[in-house]
Amino acid sequence: MVLFAGIMIYAASDLPYRGDPDNLMHAEESITGTTVMGNYFIKNAYRDARTPNMVTVVLGDYRSIDTFGEQVVIYTAGLITLLVLRRSRRRSE
Amino acid sequence: MGDFFMGHYAYWFTIILLCIGLYGILFKKNLIKKTIGLAILQISVVLYFVSVASKTGDATVTVIDANFPVDQVANYLNPLPHTLMLTAIVVGVATLGVAFTLLIAIYNRFNTLDEKELIDKFQ
Amino acid sequence: MRDQFQSPIVLLGARLLSPYIMVFGWYVIFHGHYSPGGGFQGGALLAASLLLIRVAGGSKLAELQIQEFATTPLAVIGVVIYFATGLVAMIMGGYFLDYAQLPIPGMEADWLRYTGILIIEVGIGLAVMAILVMIYDNMARGEDYG
Repeated sequence: MVLFAGIMIYAASDLPYRGDPDNLMHAEESITGTTVMGNYFIKNAYRDARTPNMVTVVLGDYRSIDTFGEQVVIYTAGLITLLVLRRSRRRSE
Repeated sequence: MGDFFMGHYAYWFTIILLCIGLYGILFKKNLIKKTIGLAILQISVVLYFVSVASKTGDATVTVIDANFPVDQVANYLNPLPHTLMLTAIVVGVATLGVAFTLLIAIYNRFNTLDEKELIDKFQ
Repeated sequence: MRDQFQSPIVLLGARLLSPYIMVFGWYVIFHGHYSPGGGFQGGALLAASLLLIRVAGGSKLAELQIQEFATTPLAVIGVVIYFATGLVAMIMGGYFLDYAQLPIPGMEADWLRYTGILIIEVGIGLAVMAILVMIYDNMARGEDYG
């Protein structure tokens, strides 16, 4: 486990500096020439949905299908608790 | 060297947290402790993504302020990792709920949560 | 909860605190456009205000608030609000969950998106609240019948 931690820390030394604004993740274009989505969200979130909170816009508008799937996931988790525990109750009676 | 340290210490802390969680999952015998290790591992991944999203300088939180114009991207943090981690936290809560449900079902049936005793009772 | 003890002080504190947490939860949901917040966080706060009464007062008292069978329909209502918003937008001629096609008269496309985000946040909040309460109820009940 210590060896694993050492390998991970050694690999982390290749990561870009934390908070560097010139990071590839915060850049305008990626290395293949496509637009990086983070900057697009910052620039167009207020214009598209008139909502100052960008996280809400990304969650509810741009990535809304992802949020819908995720809501179905937690609904399934609730149903799993219901099915498993109710069934064990009936068996014990 | 100081610059390198200031740029990377957040990554090191999240890696240490990840190793603690992985140790809990792999080597602890009690299933409750394994689940706690799972939770610690999830939290380490969330902290890693949030620390990646930060920008030094004039960057503020991702709520639009009139003092900071939108067309200069360096004024705001990157909103995409925050959103991804918002969904990841909720999915983590759901998976923890399912895990504890299964633990309660196991305990109702076998009256133990220890791994060795469970394997003995299976055979 | 098998071994439930009666403690009036804890119950009094929980009853004092619970409505304010619920009001703050609705505030977080509806103010999520202008400050950090949104459906998930507000739903977690609403669930906290319900679970506080359930932990402090036991299941007898909690049946006065939201009964146990009511949590599953609430979760279904939350998911259906989200899905119906997307479906209405798709019927009106857009893509799935394309809020600009919602049939609300007298609004521009960007204000329609604003309203659509608000509707689905309410749906998310209801679903998260109901599901967290449902998980707690089933766990407490499954422990009893061991």
